[in-house]
Amino acid sequence: MINSSIYIQSQQEVFDVVIVGSGAGGGMAAHTLTKAGAKVCVLEAGQPFDPADPKDMTQLKWPYESLRRGASSSLRNFGDFDAAYGGWDIEGEPYTRKDGTKFDWFRSRMVGGRTNHWGRISLRFGPDDFKRKSIDGLGDDWPIGYDDVKPYYDKVDKMIGVFGTNEGLRNNPDGFFLPPPKPRLHELMIKKANKALGIPTYPSRMSMLTKPINNERGQCFYCGQCNRGCSAYADFSSSSVLIKPAAATGNLTMLPFAMAREVLTDPATGLATGVSYVHTGTMQEYTVKGKIVVLAASAGETARLLLNSKSSRFPNGLANSSGVVGKYLNDSTGASRSAIIPSLFNRKRYNEDGVGGMHIYTPWWLDNAKLDFPRGYHIEYGGGMGMPNYGFGWGIEGLNGRENFTRDGLKKAAGGYGATLKEDYRRFYGSYVSFAGRGEPVVREDNYCEIDPNVVDKYGIPVLRFNYKWSDYEVKQAKHMQETFEEIIHAMGGEPMGKKPGADSNYGLADPGRIIHEVGTARMGDNKNTSVLNSNCQAHDVKNLFVADAAPFVSQGDKNATWTILALSLRTSEYIIDQRKKGNL
Amino acid sequence: MKRRDYLKNMGLSSLGLAVFNPDEKAIENLESAKVPVKRPNGRTQEEAEMEARLQAEVFLNKHELDTITILSDIIIPADGKSGSASQSGVTAFIEFIVKDKPEFKTPMRGGLRWLDSESNKRFGKKFIEITAAQRINIVDDIAYPGTAPKHLSQGVSFFTLMRNLTATGFFSSKMGIADLEYKGNTPNQWNGVPDDVLKQYGLSYDA
Repeated sequence: MINSSIYIQSQQEVFDVVIVGSGAGGGMAAHTLTKAGAKVCVLEAGQPFDPADPKDMTQLKWPYESLRRGASSSLRNFGDFDAAYGGWDIEGEPYTRKDGTKFDWFRSRMVGGRTNHWGRISLRFGPDDFKRKSIDGLGDDWPIGYDDVKPYYDKVDKMIGVFGTNEGLRNNPDGFFLPPPKPRLHELMIKKANKALGIPTYPSRMSMLTKPINNERGQCFYCGQCNRGCSAYADFSSSSVLIKPAAATGNLTMLPFAMAREVLTDPATGLATGVSYVHTGTMQEYTVKGKIVVLAASAGETARLLLNSKSSRFPNGLANSSGVVGKYLNDSTGASRSAIIPSLFNRKRYNEDGVGGMHIYTPWWLDNAKLDFPRGYHIEYGGGMGMPNYGFGWGIEGLNGRENFTRDGLKKAAGGYGATLKEDYRRFYGSYVSFAGRGEPVVREDNYCEIDPNVVDKYGIPVLRFNYKWSDYEVKQAKHMQETFEEIIHAMGGEPMGKKPGADSNYGLADPGRIIHEVGTARMGDNKNTSVLNSNCQAHDVKNLFVADAAPFVSQGDKNATWTILALSLRTSEYIIDQRKKGNL
Repeated sequence: MKRRDYLKNMGLSSLGLAVFNPDEKAIENLESAKVPVKRPNGRTQEEAEMEARLQAEVFLNKHELDTITILSDIIIPADGKSGSASQSGVTAFIEFIVKDKPEFKTPMRGGLRWLDSESNKRFGKKFIEITAAQRINIVDDIAYPGTAPKHLSQGVSFFTLMRNLTATGFFSSKMGIADLEYKGNTPNQWNGVPDDVLKQYGLSYDA
């Protein structure tokens, strides 16, 4: 049976800090605060996870060790070995959408949250990313700039480890990088094609240890499976890299299976006093008390928690006198395309697993003044002789009837069976490449999440209802991505797969939420009427309440959010320590 | 952690299901009334329970599975390099996956029935009872989506599904992975593309 004593005992204590969520933001806050000597309690709605524990470990398993050969299931949406428990739909934990709009919400229910399976693409925001309104008049500037965050990016680079190269790019700043892995064959071909097209290509910037950085974590051994979690702790996940050392301080009380219900406040002072939660296994209700509360439950869950924490003093939800909580929700734009490269047919076999993901990438390189859309995107590249699993060979009837795709260069009827078909699969193996654009949307007040007035989850907690629409800006950006991808494919001598996505499908623009970069639901600002948090991610309305996930983001950047979540959480945590020392908290 | 420690640790667990200890105490069931299902390594408790339910379910019958075996070996036969689809375990894979992905249930069952019906029309017997040459007579009419007779389009759809499931099952098996000569899924040091390959493609790291 679940040992409930820790849940009962933790009710007796008043913690220095209660943190909701154990992902990038919660993990960094727990790490920083426990190391500083604070007594910290972390609530995590999901179960424990340690990729080095054989019970949890899927690294280096073969597809035939899975009944479904690595296919996704309702319990692991990114494949049977992927380290994300949960997914787009979790039984008993619904969310809804308003007026036929679309938003898909990916949740991981585990210690470390979504950092367990993410792509480890670790990009700093640049100076322009904090000041977009000053550049193009759209959205809002952040109340802070790159110089405010730079010292924390620097610390995160050194503490966690990231490979890459210093290129002196203004809006893709240099950092403290470990050596990057050399490009794979298809990546060299992309680089060559890009050079001819004037599209820059650089070593990617990802958080895997290509060199050891301490005695607690090992070195990357190039299995290409970071999304499964690393048994050597050679990649970044919050559970392995932040929560584990935080626990080792003896100052952390880690409570898994703890689904936060409300932030509790003192009706007299209006200060946060703790958090109530339900144990997801026993369904017992508990409260945990803290002098400071840090929300790091994800942009969606943090907004939900604030909006559900209503009292006579805070009738619109906690820290929401501005009415801004839940608004300005935004996710990265995303569009993709794949291709087959005939010059790679029958290629020589060798191990090119490399790190989990791309070894090269393209940061945004164009001038919006010459384009019909604002904001940019970066390009992520895929391909190579990966481990075959569920889906391998699917749809070959769309390929093997093409001109010059046979061994002897002749055309044959598509589809087929038998010895020649078997030969086709071998010939095509490792000759695919894929392209994915990830870009910045323009933030809108009318893209938001709110509490659904009618629906509760199985714990009786009111759920989120999303309202989100893309504008022409994002659609035009996706169109540009598709044109770029085709240019690169043709320059490589490749053939694009499938039909080019057109206007009827928004040029392949992924539905909101699908890129899993949602940010902005409790944005920071200097004006308490138009923002939820101040520039230290401290609630304007409740001085002992902080937010340490992506909810404080004022805009998205054409970068992935995680490195900025880590830097901001570190910055906020150091601010908390400083304010405690000064007696202000 | 020292490299040798995690390699040792990994060596144990990378055997995956093979190291599953049947005596290992199942993790605590959240609801005591539930019949305990042992949690194999690499699975959550919920997954272990879902997979136990799926494995207990019977969907395809013996005749259907026998037909799948014959068809899959027509699609991927043994050759000088490797064995056939059924030798790699494709039948068992398809038996499981149509239960796991229920959207395949009716197309698979109905497609097999379509095949027997077509076989009956042409030769007065079910597909598994006709000769190898008679089977090819039917397969040739449904294996090429671009040129197949229009009135057999449902057969073409079924054969395409069978081709996809057979290929995926074969090439994700131990036999199929060896056939493809996939070299990864093992600790190594990535030092870049081999020199002879760089030369073959006229590429270099200096460019």
